[in-house]
Amino acid sequence: MTEVLVAFLVSTIVASTPLLLAATGELVVERVGVLNLGVEGMMLAGAIAAFAVAHLTATSTLGILAAIAAGVLLALIFAVVALTLQANQTATGLALTIFGRGFSALLGAGFVGIPASPLPKLRLPVLSDLPVLGPVLFSHDVLVYLALLLLCLVAWCIRRTHLGLIMRAVGDSHDAAHALGYKVLAIRYAAVAFGGALAGLAGAYMSLSYTPMWAQDMTAGRGWVALALVTFAAWRPFWLLIGAWFFGALMYLSLYVQALGLSIPSPFLSAVPYIGTVVVLVLISRDRRRIRLHRPAMLGRPFQSRT
Amino acid sequence: MTQAAPQTPLLQMRGMTKQYPGCLANDHVNLTIQRGEIHALLGENGAGKSTLVKTIYGIVKPDAGEVTWEGQPITIQNPGHAQRLGIGMVFQHFSLFEALTVAENIALGLGSAKDRAGLRARIVKVSNEYGLPLDPDRVVHDLSVGERQRIEIVRCLLQRPKLLIMDEPTSVLTPAEVQTLFVTLRRLASEGCSILYISHKLEEVRALCSAATIMRLGRNVAEVVPATKTVKELAEIMIAMDLNAPTPRPPMAPGARPRLVLDRLTVRSPHQFGTDLKQVSLTLAGGEILGIAGIAGNGQSELMDALSGEILAGHPANIVIDGTPVGLLGPHERRRLRGCFVPEERNGHGAVTTMTLAENAFLSSYIRNALVRFGVIDSRKTHAFAQDIIQRFDVRTTGPKAQARSLSGGNLQKFLVGREVLQQPSVLVINQPTWGVDAGAALAIHEAIMQLAAQGAAVIIISQDLDEIFVLADRIAVMAGGHLSDPIPTRDATVESIGRLMGGGGAAVHTAPAEPAHA
Repeated sequence: MTEVLVAFLVSTIVASTPLLLAATGELVVERVGVLNLGVEGMMLAGAIAAFAVAHLTATSTLGILAAIAAGVLLALIFAVVALTLQANQTATGLALTIFGRGFSALLGAGFVGIPASPLPKLRLPVLSDLPVLGPVLFSHDVLVYLALLLLCLVAWCIRRTHLGLIMRAVGDSHDAAHALGYKVLAIRYAAVAFGGALAGLAGAYMSLSYTPMWAQDMTAGRGWVALALVTFAAWRPFWLLIGAWFFGALMYLSLYVQALGLSIPSPFLSAVPYIGTVVVLVLISRDRRRIRLHRPAMLGRPFQSRT
Repeated sequence: MTQAAPQTPLLQMRGMTKQYPGCLANDHVNLTIQRGEIHALLGENGAGKSTLVKTIYGIVKPDAGEVTWEGQPITIQNPGHAQRLGIGMVFQHFSLFEALTVAENIALGLGSAKDRAGLRARIVKVSNEYGLPLDPDRVVHDLSVGERQRIEIVRCLLQRPKLLIMDEPTSVLTPAEVQTLFVTLRRLASEGCSILYISHKLEEVRALCSAATIMRLGRNVAEVVPATKTVKELAEIMIAMDLNAPTPRPPMAPGARPRLVLDRLTVRSPHQFGTDLKQVSLTLAGGEILGIAGIAGNGQSELMDALSGEILAGHPANIVIDGTPVGLLGPHERRRLRGCFVPEERNGHGAVTTMTLAENAFLSSYIRNALVRFGVIDSRKTHAFAQDIIQRFDVRTTGPKAQARSLSGGNLQKFLVGREVLQQPSVLVINQPTWGVDAGAALAIHEAIMQLAAQGAAVIIISQDLDEIFVLADRIAVMAGGHLSDPIPTRDATVESIGRLMGGGGAAVHTAPAEPAHA
């Protein structure tokens, strides 16, 4: 029984990590009033960049850096089109996802089916050998811890720092922020780039750790779940964590049930984590007034400084 | 360049010119502000006041013109630069962040971390010193309009400004709040801070300001000492024509039958921070104008929505138009019964700003004017109707094909009021008929309302402008906290008695700074 519990907890944490990374990035983006629907595309770009560079250089650190660079690059394309040229953010984001999927498939054509060595896991003396706690808390790779650290950092920054206050202000009323002398576009560019970096990291986690290989569309819609998480968490960081863990838990359970060999069609079971997460999040946040209260008022609205 | 002597003007602008596409907003405008003076900037809507002020604050870059600040020629780059020079601005449409607290809002207006140290204590200190009580921890969307304005003023004061720009500061305040504000402003001026005061309320300008620059159509037309002119003279300089008071109406025929009855109308506000209507009852006869006064946010917009049918009442008999219970009918059905409504917000609520005037005219009048035949819009009739509104209400525009958003606020308001009035309604409800509208346009709107009442319509005017209510209304009622007071005949009412009711029946209007965060 303990083994099943440990497996369940470990797999929950592992499966929640890419969601958590991508959603944390998108939360920052949306808090400053930008809606970037390109998360899935940026994740795929990160995944192929990480895998290709790690494979060619045989250094996973370089792979992770490449994933960040790829995510930022795509995010900046989005920023130029949607922020500077003020194209519709929804359409631009969708285009970015389509581009990311196609381009990653093209680049990745030569890497399909190559196995890779996964990221090294943390190995602490004593701590990692503890029963239950050891495998659950002290035996993950660097990206798992980084995801949690970044989430806490973002939560703290938004809540407690001057930078966070400016970010919230820009998301609440860009005209007022501009009138007070804040550089709305610069802040939004930075946030979008940060979101791209984290989506890239989420992709790197997919191709270097979760399933250490490259396959077309390997993120399997996790970018979209991350987007949904941000909304249903009502833009509050720690609710993201709960949503991501819930997704991870359902992911494990659906695999577990599949392994039991019941006569439930496996496509249905694979869909359960996605449907379940969304349903539960909708139930949690069914108070629409709350969503409206926390929703950044400028979300998706282009900023134009009138001079 | 000589050292700036005390008599050097604080700010001098010469030949300021700003061309917008299709509109010369400022045409060689001059403005001189002395130290410690309260200087009024007057003009109709579209006279170019806002453009000039935005130039001072660095939001608008002028095409030509020289600016001298404390004797030094200067180009004001952006709002941050203006703030560093010592220019503070309180906006007409507040530039506050709804989701943030008072302290956070103020912190955002201050530049360096040094400025923000001990901010809470300083907010409380400054706000009490100047009679502007504020609780730093409350979230802005919970606050009244008057309190929001205090935030902006305190935010400016914390930067120790040399010039404070106030754009229409009193249009949202109760009479008592206006007096408090004037005390604050006079004290600031006596401490050497100059104030540039923009207002349509000429009586206030006469009482408060020691100098005035008057603009018309983007040009200077006069420099006057306001106290030496009458309100009428000031208004006539502004609009370059003679103003005559609206023609008085014949007294109401006694025993006119009720056209609009509200019976214990109770409505829950759809807005998170709205005010629920509590047992609102009234009876309005044909030919009567009822003025509803009150501080913004006390249920007026909910009442407006409930009357127009945007929110439905609980029971059909809660609202009765000409004998028909309409409580559960939507806006279209109520329009069929000759009810017409002009909401407060012109842009996006009263008018679809990206559509043409003709299309906007169609939207609210197609039922009454039968503008649709077999599902097809009768565009000739629609066009003619829009043209009729434009002519009868002197709407300054290029024609029915002009986009609604191309009109200035006052002109669009004239168009929207005209659109409803020309449908010959039996019940007309107007929320803020002359909000942000200049003297000439306001007069035209008032004339139209009175004429309509004289023809037998029942009219409700919801307004925060007491002067307007006293001019127009036969009876006055006050909304406070979702309750509607019993209407009193205007001849028995005084500004003081109405002001007391606005504050909730004599209770203190100002919230104490120590009030808990959520009442």
